[in-house]
Amino acid sequence: MELAFLEISELAEKLRNKEISSVELTKYFLKRIKEYDGASGLNAFLTVTEEEALAQALEADKILASDPHASVLTGIPYAAKDLFSTKGIRTTASSKILDKFVPVFDATAIEKLNTEKAVLLGKTNLDEFAHGSSTETSAYGPSKNPWDVTRIPGGSSGGSAAAVAAGLVPFALATETGGSIRQPASLCGICGWKPTYGRVSRYGVIAMTSSNDSPGTIARSVKDLAITAEILSGHDLKDSTTSVKEIPNYAANLRSDLKGVKIGVPKEYFIPGMQPEVEARIHEAIAKLKELGAEIIEVSLPLTKYGSLVYAIVTPAEISSNLARFDGIRYGHRSKDAKDLLDIYDQSREEGFGDEAKRRILTGAYALSAGYYDAYYLKAQKVRRLLVNEFDEVFKKVDALVCASVPNVAQKIGNAKDNPLFGYIADQLNIPASMAGLPALSIPCGFAKAEDGDAIMPVGLQIIGQQWGEQNVFNIGHAYQTITDWHKKYPKGYGE
Amino acid sequence: MILTAEEVRKIAALARIKLKDEEVEKFRKELSVVLDYVSELEKVNTEGVEEISQVTGLENVLREDHAKLSEYRDAIIASFPERKDDFLKIKSIL
Repeated sequence: MELAFLEISELAEKLRNKEISSVELTKYFLKRIKEYDGASGLNAFLTVTEEEALAQALEADKILASDPHASVLTGIPYAAKDLFSTKGIRTTASSKILDKFVPVFDATAIEKLNTEKAVLLGKTNLDEFAHGSSTETSAYGPSKNPWDVTRIPGGSSGGSAAAVAAGLVPFALATETGGSIRQPASLCGICGWKPTYGRVSRYGVIAMTSSNDSPGTIARSVKDLAITAEILSGHDLKDSTTSVKEIPNYAANLRSDLKGVKIGVPKEYFIPGMQPEVEARIHEAIAKLKELGAEIIEVSLPLTKYGSLVYAIVTPAEISSNLARFDGIRYGHRSKDAKDLLDIYDQSREEGFGDEAKRRILTGAYALSAGYYDAYYLKAQKVRRLLVNEFDEVFKKVDALVCASVPNVAQKIGNAKDNPLFGYIADQLNIPASMAGLPALSIPCGFAKAEDGDAIMPVGLQIIGQQWGEQNVFNIGHAYQTITDWHKKYPKGYGE
Repeated sequence: MILTAEEVRKIAALARIKLKDEEVEKFRKELSVVLDYVSELEKVNTEGVEEISQVTGLENVLREDHAKLSEYRDAIIASFPERKDDFLKIKSIL
């Protein structure tokens, strides 16, 4: 039975029809993980929770047998980025400082999926503390892109993206701060949803940039993203930035035409240096949206180029504050050589953090330090206000924006190392929406030949909505997927 | 914007990260690259613009402040790097 590349709704139907049990499905995907992952494989998983998964699957099967109204996610296997706290299951953030860390509670997103009786198969690799865009800053080595294993899967949610792209799980939890869902989804040829800031609870997600961090999902179709969005969204008393706004029935509301929908194409997102073949794919996708009935309007967002610069200040600043808690005192790595209290701090952090985390902590500490705060942090937050205003203005004219997710296809592993600007440049088309808290998708829209080799790699279309405008972006993405089949393609060598 | 080794040492001390000499030089160069990159922001006119840090417009989200027993007490104590009985053990302060 061909199961590896089916969508959630297709697998759910098979579970309901008793064509397969959750235990069988779980064993099937665990077997695929054994076959294709591991250090010599994709290195998408840091921890595989076989025993716990089989117990969860058994429980899901009981519910499926007795409850005809069981949730669509009941019994469906998934993976979670190793930034989500999982009770009793090692959670590393891909950092040596948390190498042996076992959380005592579940993140709210994990708890919600537990309530639905989804089945957690394991924890996926990421850039250390989500600082990066290639998974190369992981303390456990980079994950690989299933379309060409010499290339990056993108990041920071690269393990989640590689796992879904290779059919090792039907969907995965991921997080975004500035591109960490959209960029890897684009580079791996699958779908990613970055929610409106505050739509999904951050509770239990190891913090990076608290004013941006947005947990979301990576899956095979927009419909699957909508299914997970309905479940993951909502107010949480443990995260005071979550919204009490109603959660639409995203999946049931999906439309297959775009009549009356106004879509803006921001000209500043077609940047110099963009790969011509990527640009061509985006124009082809826009033509499809027009075919579906959308009105296409060229718009201008002149501040776009400053998004990454704002991010390059605000993010390290918040990181330097958020990572202060990893001090070797209460949990995590403590230096064996510390002689006094100050040594515990200084040495545990020196030994525990990788280069990228150190670089961001130091950059942030500098931007926040006496005498520099106004010139860096305050200035960045003022420009951020202007970015927000600019988006507000454009959304008076259009329902959503479309552009490329990433200006180039996946690069070779190794390019990010020692380039302190790699992430800021790789994610430049994702960051402005992040700084404004907007919801966005990346969906596959074709392929392009890599400029540094012969590999044919996936290209992603980015769809950006206004705050709380998830339904609009899902509708556009879904309509596109009713007349195209790019989201049904999967890499060679991972079939049955 | 070129940072000095002295400045890097000062920031590292503020951030409580011990750096080796070669790391001071590495981060001096890399931080200078980042600061150079962000210096373009000076070109944006922000006169009279109020800064923003919360983008969805929330203000003062309040809740009752009352104590409750933690269900995690034993698990938290079990994850201490060093302990004596139920106490967290650290090195001498002085």
